[in-house]
Amino acid sequence: MTTREAPTTAPVLHAKGLVKRYGNVTALNGADFELYPGEILAVIGDNGAGKSTLIKCISGAEIPDSGTIWLEGKEVLFKNPLEARAAGIEAVYQTLAVAPSLDIASNLFLGRERRRSGFAGSVLRMLDVGAMNDHARNRMTDLGIMTIQNMAQPVETLSGGQRQGVAVARAAAFESRVVIMDEPTAALGVKESARVLNLIRTLRDRGLPIILISHDMPHVFEVADRIHIQRLGRRGAIVTPESHTMSEAVAIMTGATQVDEHGAHDLP
Amino acid sequence: MDNTRPGATETIEPPGPPEEDTSRMTTLQRIQHALHTRATLGPAIVLLLSVIVFSIVADNFLEPRNLSLIIQQVMVIGTLAIGQTIIILTAGIDLSVGAIMVLSSIVMAKLSADAGVPGLLALLLGFVVGLLCGLVNGLLVTRIKLPPFIVTLGTLNIFFALNLFYSQSETVRGRDMASLLLWTGNAFELGGARVTYGAILMLLLFALMAFVLRWTMWGRHVYATGDDREAARLSGIRTDRVLLSVYVVAGLIYAIGAWILIGRIASASPQAGITYNLDTITAVVIGGTSLFGGRGRIIGTLFGALIVGVFRNGLQLAGIDELWQNFAVGVLVLAAVAIDQWIRRARA
Repeated sequence: MTTREAPTTAPVLHAKGLVKRYGNVTALNGADFELYPGEILAVIGDNGAGKSTLIKCISGAEIPDSGTIWLEGKEVLFKNPLEARAAGIEAVYQTLAVAPSLDIASNLFLGRERRRSGFAGSVLRMLDVGAMNDHARNRMTDLGIMTIQNMAQPVETLSGGQRQGVAVARAAAFESRVVIMDEPTAALGVKESARVLNLIRTLRDRGLPIILISHDMPHVFEVADRIHIQRLGRRGAIVTPESHTMSEAVAIMTGATQVDEHGAHDLP
Repeated sequence: MDNTRPGATETIEPPGPPEEDTSRMTTLQRIQHALHTRATLGPAIVLLLSVIVFSIVADNFLEPRNLSLIIQQVMVIGTLAIGQTIIILTAGIDLSVGAIMVLSSIVMAKLSADAGVPGLLALLLGFVVGLLCGLVNGLLVTRIKLPPFIVTLGTLNIFFALNLFYSQSETVRGRDMASLLLWTGNAFELGGARVTYGAILMLLLFALMAFVLRWTMWGRHVYATGDDREAARLSGIRTDRVLLSVYVVAGLIYAIGAWILIGRIASASPQAGITYNLDTITAVVIGGTSLFGGRGRIIGTLFGALIVGVFRNGLQLAGIDELWQNFAVGVLVLAAVAIDQWIRRARA
């Protein structure tokens, strides 16, 4: 089960001294990062603080100029998102990356379809539609997203929250070790946001660590175990919803409150 | 799993308009829903209605001989439209259909008639030409990243010029060719109908493509790539490879269309098939496949090709001037695209 206190175990995902420059712009200037097992780590930061560049480096969408990333203690270098995904780092993009006219089961298995056994699967590359539908149904029920009765329903007929559910279920479905969620509630109403946040907690309670990128401070403070505040290309501070209030966190984020990188707050 | 936790069993609410509960929809919404879930329903109804109408207005329409004639009239366009469909499913378009077909047919015919190459080898080399033309289109689309419309507009002229160069603008007569090349025009009698092997070949190709699109990984990836290319890429689909394969397969299908054309007209003419580009797009669009990609069924294209054939044949039998055939086809295209937009609007 989850510990809400400062973790004592080894981090699942760990980065040190990440630097990424785009021409004259330094997006990351020696950023550090740790994600511990079974926690929801929120990453917040002002525009241009390097928040999305940090996530891109972790998810393989960008290659850092220098710095090191470790996944479960092993040094990794991802050249593209597929490599990161193969290693167990799943990202749920803001655009959700679903194919709207395909059905739910097809979307859950998009890009890693199950094939039939034997000749039909290996040579004809035929899909095992039945098995994929069954797995999709189990997965969706398991995560409590199961008012969707029909796995053959096209994703475009679903509501925003349900689509998010499909995208999350997909990210959590394939023995993933880390799930990165980019603004999962940005496009949703109050009720649907609450359900998606619940879904995030459900995943966390199953032991899956989650990186949550969000601008929505109430949502961050509602679900996060720890909050990584990115500022000026590096980690400004790490706070928890218990140790700091929302306005204190925002003050650190915007630079209104200066924090010593090694001193104040819960910096390791 | 932890079922006692409040919220863990909570479910995300059902979609806004209740999709499964059709009883609460208006009639119009129900029609829209039905058309949306079954993409080929519209074309199937139109085909059925047009057959009923023309069997009333034209006496000879329903005779087996006339029905088999319609199939023969659409077998080339229908075959080519299979290739056009898979390209349009990826949100592309192919304007070089006719040019690839003509070039392939001229290569097959001249190799056999002039160079004395055995029929089977000439046929296979013709297929290779179609395949290579498709490969050129595919490479330009995926490597140079040009829009398919521009790529195929360019290659249309290039392939057509090559065809004129190689054929020296001369028609190759059927009697000079190996009989294998003309086989697609051979027929057997079936209950008064004259069934050509070309028509059988077309129907087999439709069945094969329907199977592949529905049941294989490749088919799934074609749809996903056309639906949202970036989403497909992020999901781990090599969309460039999918696109390239689609153009190559389409090129091969056009070459098979070339074979069927030789059988149909018992010759190979460098001027044949000039209008086929737009005719294939017409069949695909009337068949309910969306020009925006990712949506449509290959069987719809068969219906689309048959609808055009039925209209042209029926209007002709009814003694109506040919210009009204074109008028009718134009109305069908506009209606099909308008319906597609209407269905999409409801779901957006």
